[in-house]
Amino acid sequence: METNTPLTRRIFLQQGVTLASLVATIPWFLENSAMGMLSADRRVSSLAGVPEDRILVVVQLGGGNDGLNTIIPYGSDDYYRQRPQLGIPAPGTNNGALELDSKIGIGMHPNLLGFKELMDSGRLAIVQGVGYPNPNRSHFASMDIWHTAKAQGRGNGWIGRYVDNACNGSPQADAEIAIGRTAPLAMFGDLHKPVSFENAKLFQWTGKELPSGLDSSYEAMNRAGALEGVAPGSQAAFLMRTALDAQLSSDRIRIAMDKTPLVAYPNSQLATQMKSIGAMIRDQMKTRVYYASISGFDTHGGQAGAHGNLMRQVGDALLAFQNDLKAQGNESRVVTMVFSEFGRRVKQNASGGTDHGTAAPMFLMGGGVQAGVHGTHPSLTDLDQGDLKFTSDFRCVYATLLDQWMGASSKKILGVSYPNMKLLRG
Amino acid sequence: MTNYSTAPLAKSNWNADAARHLLTRAGFGGTPAQIDALTAMGMDRAVDYLLNFDATPAAAINESDFDKDVRKPLTTEARSLVQQARQAGNEAALAQYQALRNEQDGIDRKQMQEIQKWWLRRLIETGRPLEEKMTLFWHGHFATGYRTIEDSYHMFQQNQLFRSHAVGNFADLVLRILRNPAMLKYLDNDESRKGRPNENLARELMELFVLGEGHGYTEDDIKEGARALTGFTFVDDEFQFAPNNHDGESKTILGQTGNWDGDDFARIILSRRETSEFLCGKLYRFFVNDSPGMPDAKCKSFASALAAELRKQQYELKPVLRLVFRSQHFYDAANRGSTIKSPTQLIVQTIRELGTPPRELATLNAAGDLMGQSLFMPPNVKGWDGGQSWINTSTYFVRQNLAVYLITGLRPDAFDWDADLAKWDTTPLERAIAARTNGDVSKESDALLDLVLALDATEVRRTQFRNSVKTLGGPLTQARLVAALCLVTAMPEYQLC
Repeated sequence: METNTPLTRRIFLQQGVTLASLVATIPWFLENSAMGMLSADRRVSSLAGVPEDRILVVVQLGGGNDGLNTIIPYGSDDYYRQRPQLGIPAPGTNNGALELDSKIGIGMHPNLLGFKELMDSGRLAIVQGVGYPNPNRSHFASMDIWHTAKAQGRGNGWIGRYVDNACNGSPQADAEIAIGRTAPLAMFGDLHKPVSFENAKLFQWTGKELPSGLDSSYEAMNRAGALEGVAPGSQAAFLMRTALDAQLSSDRIRIAMDKTPLVAYPNSQLATQMKSIGAMIRDQMKTRVYYASISGFDTHGGQAGAHGNLMRQVGDALLAFQNDLKAQGNESRVVTMVFSEFGRRVKQNASGGTDHGTAAPMFLMGGGVQAGVHGTHPSLTDLDQGDLKFTSDFRCVYATLLDQWMGASSKKILGVSYPNMKLLRG
Repeated sequence: MTNYSTAPLAKSNWNADAARHLLTRAGFGGTPAQIDALTAMGMDRAVDYLLNFDATPAAAINESDFDKDVRKPLTTEARSLVQQARQAGNEAALAQYQALRNEQDGIDRKQMQEIQKWWLRRLIETGRPLEEKMTLFWHGHFATGYRTIEDSYHMFQQNQLFRSHAVGNFADLVLRILRNPAMLKYLDNDESRKGRPNENLARELMELFVLGEGHGYTEDDIKEGARALTGFTFVDDEFQFAPNNHDGESKTILGQTGNWDGDDFARIILSRRETSEFLCGKLYRFFVNDSPGMPDAKCKSFASALAAELRKQQYELKPVLRLVFRSQHFYDAANRGSTIKSPTQLIVQTIRELGTPPRELATLNAAGDLMGQSLFMPPNVKGWDGGQSWINTSTYFVRQNLAVYLITGLRPDAFDWDADLAKWDTTPLERAIAARTNGDVSKESDALLDLVLALDATEVRRTQFRNSVKTLGGPLTQARLVAALCLVTAMPEYQLC
């Protein structure tokens, strides 16, 4: 393999294909990047004061994470009254919470050692009591509300709208990548649809696995761009150029994944996803938003063990990811946001679990976050049908990230102006 | 020059290519033998054959094909028991009730998967392709999602409504959809009542279902329409008008004042000219050309002619579809290969055209989801945008890999060679190739491209493929044909129909 030749060029050189016209064979993303949101020189910014190489990573905890057993209000007697078996003991006792703030009396789940380390090293911000008015307790409906950032949960996704907005009308390939079988609604804009794959090995033509040796024919057909004889604005031309984009995107992603990461990741579902995202960031992909998700948080019964394992998985995977970014020198470029569609009922149920609830903490991590505990913990006595009343609207967190981190106009993207929070440095 | 005429195609221009175009657009394509049969009918008979599908037998559908009681509402007795348990703080009883509900959720989701498979199988097997194609059209038009309503039987019921009105009367279908439990639930009309009307259904009725966004109505018309719709609700699986919840006062909708109810509201907006124009624009994109911006200014006379016909026929759809499927414009070169296959079209057409085994329906549905079209689960009330929105770098690979799966049994989601190796009988396709080449092996690759691609392949593509077929060696039979088809279906042009 040749070295130091830009990948796209190398691909063109490899193919013995008649190139019709230069424009027709330039992949969309190269053409767009000249005028689109990501300049070729990533250090140059089109928005004063906002570096264009900033990245947002979203981690979704599906099923409704039990916020009260994630950030533990150990100073409250009501907590232990409502959760006689499920309550996590105060710090300093056996299996007790990890201390966060002894004055307010809050700690973290004992398995969140990863988060503890991130907090101690100034890389973790916790937003307490995040929710929205008229909470919906259906998984789907509430998830849609979080994804669309709209009260009805209808329409396209907030990240999709952000990317649409940032690209000045010319779609950007690979602007947003989701790891997983299906892409989240959050990433669907009018113009942009996310790239999504569960496994980079599958982000390519499976026909290569067949014994017939069709590879070179396939490559020739899918890397030629718009062929001679095809009308430039036609559906066929659009497909031919997307085919080329897909091949290049697939190459880039698989090349990125081939490298051994700089730090060891644990062996878990989330860690594997974070490892992939870390690899793509390290490889200088121009993606602005990555999305990872795990489920299993719907702990209606026998919660203690299952939730504890999930806490360990989340804490350890995200610590490894942050350490990877640090080793890459990318930690200040990336903010990671962790959320779930709702928290759980204050009172434990009769099956050793908890039912669907409302407000819960969110987490932000990275070199750019204002580390510490933000917002106020919801009252455990002033409840709404047995559920917490939210103290921070999740759209204020989105708005903060859009305005201050991504350099976008949150008002344009969310439709309403939400006050920013002091979650980021500087 | 594109021909924009609604006049019928000349007899001399009717041939196998035209028949194939008709069958893919009005249905999901067919085998070479089916296309030959349609060609032999002549255009008029072929169009009538597809339109008057009642004459063709189809698998019966019974109300009892699926369990209508998975989501039966609580009996009054059960409800009072739950209430008592809640008041008494009887956690054990409540947990039992919750467990029952969770179990019900699981059963309902399973039934939804069965209904998805049932419809996909019907799409693949039906002898009435236009009936299913229009059912799919209405599903996207009056988009209702299972994820929101969480009642599989209501989705099945709605699907049947679309099928029974597939090529019927649009005005009639609008009145029926306002009485459809799935729709009433999806757009919250079951919670809309006098004094606090929910505007959801009224808004979408104007914006997405009948008039089209911004077409001559105001926010006030939506508010008044919502008042008219109050009391339109359902009990169990049946529509019910709840007079106590209905706002009986006078309303003014689009300038007409009266004590309107939901039916009156529908009649008022159906009397507007915008309705026929809006619906025909959508039919145009679905059947004729879904390139961005279509129908454009140049197609205006054609689109207006469709709308005029729809008005003249008082919303009867058959005459309008007949006008489309016989028109010179429909068969014009500019409209061949000018739509992008929806994921459902891709799956069903690949099976029906190539004659591959259907493999596993559950896997096909999963692939549909990955490609952006999960039946019964449109992304939102707007339905699927269609056209180029189907295609991005992720879905592009899934589309190619889906074809590999259908052709070879190689799964799109894992490299499992033993997964599904159902033998595919390639002889009909081989025969069709032979009939077009008269035994000249050098013409085989071109014959295959002509059989499978909607768009006439360019010279560059033909040369590429000729060389690929040469490297496979020997005539295009069995394994070599399978390999060649993996390549053809991986061509960007294969996504067109």
